[in-house]
Amino acid sequence: MSHASEHAADAPAILREVKPAVLPRAVLVENNRSFSWITEKICGIIEGKTPTWWWVCFILACFVASFTVAGLTYLVATGVGVWGHANPVNWAWDIVNFVFWIGIGHAGTLISAILCLLRQKWRTSINRAAEAMTIFAVVCAAIFPVFHVGRIWYAWFLFPIPNSNIIWQNFRSPLEWDVFAVSTYGTVSVLFWYVGLIPDLAVLRDRFFATGNKFRSFLYGLFALGWRGSNRHWSNYEMAYLILAGVSTPLVLSVHTIVSFDFAVSLIPGWHTTIFPPYFVAGAIFSGFGMVMTLMLPLRAIYGLKDLITQYHIDCMCKITLATGTIVGYAYGMEFFIAWYSGNPYEGFAFINRAFGHYSWAYWIMISCNVITPQFFWFKAVRENTALVWVLSIFVNVGMWFERFVIIVTSLARDFLPSSWGYYSPSVVEIFTFFGTFGVFSVLFLLFIRFLPIMPMAELKAVTPQADVHGHGGTTGHGAAEVQQAH
Amino acid sequence: MAAQPHGLIATFETTPDLYHAAEQVRDAGYRHWDCITPFPVHGLDKAMGLKRSIVPRISLAGGITGFITGMTLIWWTGEVDYPLIVGGKPMFSPMFAFPVSYELTILFTAFATIIGMLVVNGLPRHYHPVLKYDHIVRGMDDTFFIVIESRDPRFNLANTKALLEKAGGKAITELEP
Repeated sequence: MSHASEHAADAPAILREVKPAVLPRAVLVENNRSFSWITEKICGIIEGKTPTWWWVCFILACFVASFTVAGLTYLVATGVGVWGHANPVNWAWDIVNFVFWIGIGHAGTLISAILCLLRQKWRTSINRAAEAMTIFAVVCAAIFPVFHVGRIWYAWFLFPIPNSNIIWQNFRSPLEWDVFAVSTYGTVSVLFWYVGLIPDLAVLRDRFFATGNKFRSFLYGLFALGWRGSNRHWSNYEMAYLILAGVSTPLVLSVHTIVSFDFAVSLIPGWHTTIFPPYFVAGAIFSGFGMVMTLMLPLRAIYGLKDLITQYHIDCMCKITLATGTIVGYAYGMEFFIAWYSGNPYEGFAFINRAFGHYSWAYWIMISCNVITPQFFWFKAVRENTALVWVLSIFVNVGMWFERFVIIVTSLARDFLPSSWGYYSPSVVEIFTFFGTFGVFSVLFLLFIRFLPIMPMAELKAVTPQADVHGHGGTTGHGAAEVQQAH
Repeated sequence: MAAQPHGLIATFETTPDLYHAAEQVRDAGYRHWDCITPFPVHGLDKAMGLKRSIVPRISLAGGITGFITGMTLIWWTGEVDYPLIVGGKPMFSPMFAFPVSYELTILFTAFATIIGMLVVNGLPRHYHPVLKYDHIVRGMDDTFFIVIESRDPRFNLANTKALLEKAGGKAITELEP
């Protein structure tokens, strides 16, 4: 709005005649909150007393996580045969869970990187938590392939480190590409997250110092690296942040592309399709946004963050879920079309079998959760009903887990030769291990919301109206609506 | 005589005040000075007369190194050190070497960017006089400071103080070194 009036004098005559409508900017921080309100609100979460619900959740999460620890201990002690894999289904829950968790992580990078490049400022209130979600999801994802190697102490053979066998890794295999993709993804996500944290850690350092808590001041100060808010530093920092966003964008797209290569490069009917990379990336973003909403909506309610995560944010997230969910639905349809159109009998059978074979229950759960659920987000009334949005986001998570199950297990269980067909069911160890990863994720996430700022304070302040140096936002913290009237 | 102070620090309450003050300090020809802000203030780089950051050049160098590392690694391990036929595929081809080289390009760019940013900024740093200022906690929260360092050739306690006052700075204080 400000620009329209600023440039009115030198605008073409036609613009002065027709007076184009001035669109209001969306308010990203509601109720004209001041800078110090933001600092107090976010630091208050860390500085306050540990709430009882936190301890309850933490103990519960530790209990759930112990299932993973127990399952993995049993696996390492006994052998990888304790999982239910057998010919012909030699890849099952392990890779399903791996792809599921990696996919969830992708929304975090999407929010922090792609939306940063697209200058979607609404990302600022959710990007920190979403990035944390990415890192913890990658941790959960990595558990499965690493333990699936069986002899976990040889897992370093995955990397090109000289070993006594002299042989090198097979770089022609998409599985080796995946090792590089996922480890790069994990590393870059941690770096990106940490760089974003540096200024906020400095805030905590100085606040704890001011209140005399020398120990915590030292700890936060150690990781704040001596940050002092110098504008000469901000200049380089902002550039570095932009570049990290710039490299994370192709990274997030490439990671799920390479994950899909694990399947698409093979010859199994139902896997060997060129639609896989875009279809997997869309599915990953879809499931990730489902998880972001599952996590952020309760946090928003518990900590009273309604002025920071506004209805506008929820609307945006719902719309992205709707868009990516619809892309995923289109991909399901297109897979069927290509199976018929290609005239390949194996491909055709694989898809008929998916929908009407032994695993049809899983297929229809997938369709209901992934294709039908997001369509509710067309309606404003649904998007404004936070409880309903939360329930729908859970359906998205469930549906996306089943998508990977359907793709992986149905294709392997019914391959080329009927003599080799089989039916896979998970063993109790697998179920426990997977169930426990939700505990691992929750433990990490609870520690994060207790000890680190859950929203990027510096970035939030920078999008408030009073941050504008030309005073268009008003200097006393006036909201955009008032400014618009003033012009 | 007391030791020379590190410099003078002045407080500004709002971003427009800081912005206009920064323009005045820049126009007065100071070189060793800085703004302390709780968040990156849009447009302040121009008001301070800062040049474009050199971090992108370091990133580019990192990215090129990463790509070359990936290609060289796969070529050397597969073609030179231990050639092994797998699935009738060539010993080396940039096609199958591309995904790994692509990931290493990104990995090396990220490390170069962050390390480059920290080195250019002189971080990590254990001690800085600005962090000893009593009100620095507010500078991390909601106020803005301008610091003019005494090592600047134009620095003169009285004149510099007058400039900061004229620019609207409040609570002008000498910083301990």
